[in-house]
Amino acid sequence: MKDDIIIRVISNLLIPFIQLYALYVLAHGDLGPGGGFQGGVIFASSIILYVLVYGIDEGRKRAHQKITDVLNSVGVMIYGGIGVVCLFFGGYYLQYGKLPLGDLKHASHLGIYGIEIGVEVTVAAVMITIFFEMAGRKSD
Amino acid sequence: MIDFILLFFLVICAIAAIRMKDLLSTVIILGAYSLIMAVVWTRMNAVDVAFTEASVGAGITTVLLIAALSRTQRGEENGQRSQVRVQGSLNAHSIISLIVVFVTGAVLVYGTLDMPDYGDPNAPSHHHVAPRYIKEPLEESGVINMVTALLANYRGYDTLGETTVIFTSGISVILLLRRKIQQ
Repeated sequence: MKDDIIIRVISNLLIPFIQLYALYVLAHGDLGPGGGFQGGVIFASSIILYVLVYGIDEGRKRAHQKITDVLNSVGVMIYGGIGVVCLFFGGYYLQYGKLPLGDLKHASHLGIYGIEIGVEVTVAAVMITIFFEMAGRKSD
Repeated sequence: MIDFILLFFLVICAIAAIRMKDLLSTVIILGAYSLIMAVVWTRMNAVDVAFTEASVGAGITTVLLIAALSRTQRGEENGQRSQVRVQGSLNAHSIISLIVVFVTGAVLVYGTLDMPDYGDPNAPSHHHVAPRYIKEPLEESGVINMVTALLANYRGYDTLGETTVIFTSGISVILLLRRKIQQ
């Protein structure tokens, strides 16, 4: 579809805003609706839009297979790691208030940001991986 | 009023998705179903759920299902099963299954009679832990949004489990579908 100038220009225009919106949804997860899961899905959909327009090979240049494979597990590691760090500072597993990041509210606020980032990374990477593996079979 | 219209469309979408022979149309109808469902959630003030339903149910699931369809067949198989059903439409089997369906439905309807009314503030589910979750999050966790406080603090293990499930599905897809180029 990349020969069609309308599709190319519109998708080029939209993709940065979709990605920015994904980060907005992540960052505002504790104020309004949203969070890591929805943000990750929206981010993955921007990559999927790019692949639909430019094709699988071109898309793999932007989202390398190695990088998405590693990010699959990095997100869960961030989540679980924050829980373990809470243990080191004398709290329970995933008790963000014990993190040494200021008073209780501030610490738990930042802790929740951390795990939301972890969720976002995993969800986005897994959705991208599934899409590539599903769509990429025919070409080989 | 608008709730009834939305629920009416939901039922129509569900029936259409079952009746449709073309699987691509079914997937698209399911996407529409999810979108209407998102509106219903919004009407119930469950904005977080509506957001998830719109992005996951209507968005990414449709894309992934279409991608899966591109690997299989688009039409439903016209096997022997449908012919058998047409021939013996009134034999003993179908009468027995009809009775079972009606009895089960009657039991389910009877079960709902004991449930509290919709939106009843005195329902038991609103008096167990819910008041604490509504009152305490700001003091206990410093999070303004109640839903986030629930998901990340009180139900932190749950969310960790969900993330792990997604991670596992990604790994499974890689294991099952990826072909090594070297072979």
